[in-house]
Amino acid sequence: MEAATTTQAPKDPAARYQAGVLKYAEMGYWRPEYEPGDTDVLALFRITPQEGVDPEEAAAAVAGESSTATWTVVWTDRLTACERYRAKAYKVEPVPGAPGQYFASIAYGLDLFEPGSIANLTASIIGNVFGFKPLKALRLEDMRIPVAYAKTFDGPPTGIVVERERLDKFGRPLLGATVKPKLGLSGKNYGRVVYEALKGGLDFTKDDENINSQAFMHWRDRFLYCMEATHRAQAATGEMKGHYLNVTAATMEDMYERAEFAKALGSAIVMIDLVIGYTAIQSMSKWARRNDMILHLHRAGHSTYTRQKSHGVSFRVISKWMRLAGVDHIHAGTVVGKLEGDPNSVQGFYNVLRERHNAVDLPRGLFFEQDWAGLRSVMPVASGGIHAGQMHQLLHYLGEDVVLQFGGGTIGHPMGIAAGATANRVALESMVLARNEGRDIWNEGPEILRQAARYCAPLKAALDTWGEVTFDYTSTDTVDFVPTATAA
Amino acid sequence: MRLTQGTFSFLPDLTDGQIRAQIEYCLQNGWAISLEHTDDPHPRNAYWEMFGMPMFDLKDAAGIMAEVNICRKTFPNHYVKLNAFDSAPGRESLRLSFIVNRPAKEPGFGLAR
Amino acid sequence: MSAPENPPLDLETLYRDSHVREALEALDRELVGLAPVKTRVREIAALLLVEKLRSSLALETGAPSLHMCFSGNPGTGKTTVAMRMAALLHGLGYARKGHLVAVTRDDLVGQYIGHTAPRTREVLKRAMGGVLFIDEAYYLCRPENERDYGQEAIEILLQVMENQRDDLVVILAGYKDRMDRFFASNPGLASRIAHHIDFPDYTPEELHAIARLMLEGMQYRLSPDAEVALREYIALRRTQPHFANARSIRNALDRARLRHASRLFGRRGTGLTREDLITLEPEDIRASRVFRNQPGGLPREPGA
Repeated sequence: MEAATTTQAPKDPAARYQAGVLKYAEMGYWRPEYEPGDTDVLALFRITPQEGVDPEEAAAAVAGESSTATWTVVWTDRLTACERYRAKAYKVEPVPGAPGQYFASIAYGLDLFEPGSIANLTASIIGNVFGFKPLKALRLEDMRIPVAYAKTFDGPPTGIVVERERLDKFGRPLLGATVKPKLGLSGKNYGRVVYEALKGGLDFTKDDENINSQAFMHWRDRFLYCMEATHRAQAATGEMKGHYLNVTAATMEDMYERAEFAKALGSAIVMIDLVIGYTAIQSMSKWARRNDMILHLHRAGHSTYTRQKSHGVSFRVISKWMRLAGVDHIHAGTVVGKLEGDPNSVQGFYNVLRERHNAVDLPRGLFFEQDWAGLRSVMPVASGGIHAGQMHQLLHYLGEDVVLQFGGGTIGHPMGIAAGATANRVALESMVLARNEGRDIWNEGPEILRQAARYCAPLKAALDTWGEVTFDYTSTDTVDFVPTATAA
Repeated sequence: MRLTQGTFSFLPDLTDGQIRAQIEYCLQNGWAISLEHTDDPHPRNAYWEMFGMPMFDLKDAAGIMAEVNICRKTFPNHYVKLNAFDSAPGRESLRLSFIVNRPAKEPGFGLAR
Repeated sequence: MSAPENPPLDLETLYRDSHVREALEALDRELVGLAPVKTRVREIAALLLVEKLRSSLALETGAPSLHMCFSGNPGTGKTTVAMRMAALLHGLGYARKGHLVAVTRDDLVGQYIGHTAPRTREVLKRAMGGVLFIDEAYYLCRPENERDYGQEAIEILLQVMENQRDDLVVILAGYKDRMDRFFASNPGLASRIAHHIDFPDYTPEELHAIARLMLEGMQYRLSPDAEVALREYIALRRTQPHFANARSIRNALDRARLRHASRLFGRRGTGLTREDLITLEPEDIRASRVFRNQPGGLPREPGA
């Protein structure tokens, strides 16, 4: 390959720094011999170079544009230990089954980044580089955050274990629902939905991402009625309950004000949207840590850049950034529901959020080993088009540490909201009981649900209404390495 | 009023056979079982009374079932719950917790305003 | 014509599937001699297999009582047989987990009032699903002491032996004469023991074979003269106090290895062969105090 002859930067510094335009590979951003160090931040990009651009040069360009380079040689490089600050593309491989696409691995020295700042990390890694002309498309597939850098982040303020201890709920997924319709309910009517759903058996209810403070319901109305509903449901059941009060607002000052009010009303949890930005998320994380509050993140907006395989940022990377930034809940897909989600990819996201250590797992899209350095784990939330009839599949795919959110599946129940909540809770508890007894829930699931429905009319009605509903569309964001049988 | 704390409170009260099966599941996972009881099941009451120490290193559910029955007999009008503790790194907390005895009449809670 | 209701009963299949064969073979392999013990174990296994078949036809069987007494002198293989027995019962479905919990009085009986019941219950909980082996069980009972708490442990034990037969098998073990006296003063306990197995002392030939088996395991061998020395050692040791059968042989071999090692150490500087490293010589054995004042003995080594 031609690149092999152009990999070495000119030895003579005077020649290297002569004014003019040089290939990125020649500027020292293509370093196939480089062995990444333990403290390097690693990134894996999927690159689709323009016709005529060779992949090594494209990879070098990505490394250059996401670190120190500009389009031309600058002599001021020589006032720095520039070798240290250059990102190094060290590996380029064709993507299996995708002609014209390459995986480029790039290593970044730790000194390039401000401690504990997602904004700074992302300004480099996904800053200018995604608009770079020599590339048709670019996608950030995965990152390895070295322990040295992970330790500079606070991570989730509460985490799965402490959340469970605060709620005193163990051994089963938690249940939630988003209040519907999304828009238009007055505070009083809205609180009614919360009360019915929590009293009926859900653990949580939730504001939707675009419920903030609109003409039909100002935020204080909503907070007051929702917390009245939550407290009443707690008294009625003797169980801890919560409503994710969405504190997303135009400014940090507004968000703090809303969060403080939620706390004053005795809420256990507040909610933010991904669209508030990384800095605002980290600010709210610190606030939640100071105030013993669970922090729920709705991933509003992510599909604009996570869904297409060729361009954007994979959600597994967003998951990693959010675990560092420090949220306690994050929506991470359902596999079986109405929104995008290939089973392997989604399990990869869940593993990133929940495990202490991720091994390389190509079938689930995890390209790097990741040690989470003791950062707490994030509770994934499965939300969107799921119902009680899928309980065995949900438990099989997603495991125990997850919030299952049945919005339509609760509020749309023919016997009412509380009955919908009861149906979900009975379906869940009977499935966990059966799994623990050693039954094969994947195959016996429908039968287990039918048995449970014999003493639970709401569950029977739910199964009759939605039993057959599935969303069977092809996923766009799939993994590239499909597990195949290996020859022994 | 039925108190719905615990993993299986929405199901009909578990039979001894069902409780045994859950205990076996916990033992297979290497979790230590403990029993707690209270007459004050307020959701913010984090500390129910321990009924003996957590039972570490047991192999079979029979001994634990016997403890469950002694606890029920001693406190027939208390709530009794069975907890399974997992000492694995990163967890070091309960993995399962469910009610195995309820008072005949469950008083419930009022809401103080 | 009665075929559909009375399929032929397949004892052979049950024998194979229950892994009884493996347990019995392991017993044969691991233990030298003990013919009467092995016969009794075989009889018990046969009884349980047939009971299984009978219960598969809903014939009256009753929950068989499986509690046992192993009596015999120390070192006669009681604990090892108990372990095999646990595996055997597990294979037949009588001990769900098949583990063995071995205890003595101190594990069951407390020193102060109120300490015994929790201790005994704790041990019982650990043994559930398996076999509880109580060595020197007669120490539970100290009739000479008015304030002995052993009786409390026996009461709890009795209750569990009676009411939780499906959950626990108890094996009481100890010297034969003392066990007999113990049962005489605790008729309740005696009546709940279904099987008594006597463990005879090993013959000199058996002890010699045991020594060979142990040496093989440790990768040592005896020179021809050392074989003779060992034979004499066994004959003498059996007549002396505190003889504990296989356990005494094990201890004798451990001490012989020590002497072997210091003998080689004394020769350092001269070349050692692999042969030297694995071969015990007569002097390694004859230096034992067992030979003191005996015609075949060496002068006593200091401290031995």
